[in-house]
Amino acid sequence: MYVAVKGGEKAIENAHAWLAEERRGATDVAELSIAQIREQLSLAVNRVMAEGSLFDPDLAALAIKQARGDLIEAIFLIRAYRTTLPRFGYTNPVKTDRMACDRRISATFKDAPGGQVLGPTFDYTHRLLDFKLAAEGEVPPSPKGQPRTDPVPHIADFLKDEDIIQDEPASDDAPADLTRQPMEFPAGRPLRLQSLARGDEGFVLGMAYSTQRGYARNHAFVGELRIGKVAVEMDIPELGFAIEIGEVELTECETVNQFKGSKTEPPQFTRGYGLVFGQSERKSIAMALVDRALRWQELGEDNLGAPAQDEEFVLSHADNIQATGFLEHIKLPHYVDFQSELELVRKLRRDAEARTTPQEAAE
Amino acid sequence: MNEYNFAYLDEQTKRMIRRAILKALAVPGYQVPFASREMPMPYGWGTGGVQVSAATLTPDDTLKVIDQGADDTTNAVSIRKFFENTAGVATTEETAKATVIQTRHRIPEAKLTEDQILVYQVPIPEPLRFLEPRETETRKMHSLEEYGLMHVKLYEDISQHGAISTAYAYPVKVSGRYVMDPSPIPKFDNPKLEMDAIQLFGAGREQRIYALPPHTKVVSLDFEDYPFEPTKADHACDLCGAEDSYLDEVIMDDAGNRMFVCSDTDYCRTRRARGSQGRLSKEDEI
Repeated sequence: MYVAVKGGEKAIENAHAWLAEERRGATDVAELSIAQIREQLSLAVNRVMAEGSLFDPDLAALAIKQARGDLIEAIFLIRAYRTTLPRFGYTNPVKTDRMACDRRISATFKDAPGGQVLGPTFDYTHRLLDFKLAAEGEVPPSPKGQPRTDPVPHIADFLKDEDIIQDEPASDDAPADLTRQPMEFPAGRPLRLQSLARGDEGFVLGMAYSTQRGYARNHAFVGELRIGKVAVEMDIPELGFAIEIGEVELTECETVNQFKGSKTEPPQFTRGYGLVFGQSERKSIAMALVDRALRWQELGEDNLGAPAQDEEFVLSHADNIQATGFLEHIKLPHYVDFQSELELVRKLRRDAEARTTPQEAAE
Repeated sequence: MNEYNFAYLDEQTKRMIRRAILKALAVPGYQVPFASREMPMPYGWGTGGVQVSAATLTPDDTLKVIDQGADDTTNAVSIRKFFENTAGVATTEETAKATVIQTRHRIPEAKLTEDQILVYQVPIPEPLRFLEPRETETRKMHSLEEYGLMHVKLYEDISQHGAISTAYAYPVKVSGRYVMDPSPIPKFDNPKLEMDAIQLFGAGREQRIYALPPHTKVVSLDFEDYPFEPTKADHACDLCGAEDSYLDEVIMDDAGNRMFVCSDTDYCRTRRARGSQGRLSKEDEI
């Protein structure tokens, strides 16, 4: 009898049907709506938007539902979808100094113009399971105040005024586009930041953590972390000026790093930068640390051989859609390769036995 | 899936891929970087081959998709379905009837003609990758034609194992210039790389396309005293009796009894239809 691989098509159809049933779960439990996911699992939605590189909370929520909560699978769905979308053009750079901040903190100054605004953070919660949530979901409304309207300038600008932090000269050069050109090394900072912004949160976190533990250590202060909405503006050629076409929620982190100076640079503070869709604090801080570590060359620092300093290593492995695809592809049939290995190992063993047998006979 | 363009990709993307293919054909064996797109199947599952096929297919084409030589393996079924849905092209399992064949890990046994295109799915396009992990370095090595490291590796195989211990993805030299990874085909298939058909190699995740124009000289790397040897299981196919085809080994029972069958299912079926028989033919027909 010869079973092998016949019936693949039917098997795939049946697997898909079973998957759909499993996704739905027990039918005596109410089905999740897209709105519920969007509103109540918003940090998962944010991660999917950030790593999927597409700002659309409803689509991200749909992807999470379809992926049964597997966020990398959801990110994959969003990436595959965004590739098919036409491009109308590029927006102007967003002005994060005009962000309507829900949260804005600085770890370097006790207070600064714009103030310290904690916002909706887990930071000072005690991580105790709240069994009340299991019984009744409703919460009393939080206290309301007047929205702050005073400007919230970037903290780093104050250091810049004193000329004690490294300058980031403005440039009108169009940055390369990660999604439209093949990656080539050295990639340069715009591409690095694009890659980190969509990079896997866990990977970027691990890389950042490694710098804190001494692999290219560069102590980072969170100069500023801000979360809020910014206007997205686009130049319309027919009009001759920019109009607002929407708004996106962003998390921006700028670190202030110690720097004793190098052969080419005087002692000053240096910076790392993170910018991520949605409320994604962990990711934006991690991104800023890795960005700073990758800037060693530009600042004239030594290459310590640390993984986080290695642009080719970090950028080649940060994308979880590439990584998971390649990792999981080893589930696919490899019988042909394995067969050739099988024959090779059998042959090598035969040859080795043939070499040792005469000696044994002589003993 | 009518909302998608013919063969899924938009025309601009196809144009970009076609330019890479033309460049690859002009410089045989050279890996051309291309802006690979995210496809609706995972990286590592044939996205490079799918993009090359999408850019190559016309509405009049007939497509065959094989994985491990077989038309009915799950991923081949999935990719064939993808093109049936997005391109509406005719599909076939018969090698001779196909104009475009997308393959993973095998070259069909039947001789291909100059009217056919063979598209390979490539996981790691860089033959030097496992000797030097950095792309920046390997590109330099190719441009300087610096392949000493590869020869040292083959030499070390011989000194340690008495033979070159590469059984698949066996490196080749193309037109006397570029060392190329033929994708993870068994080395049994290497001699077939010199053929009448166009061969295109797509690596989606690694963003590379390379090619072999028809009749390109392709030499499997070896030494004079240790010449290249294409190998296969030392059996005939138990279903069709073929002695010249690459065989899969199938475990049949708890006692570990094996049978050997053609990995190229179309080749095996065609032979059986013509009356060829193997050791276990009768059992199979029951």
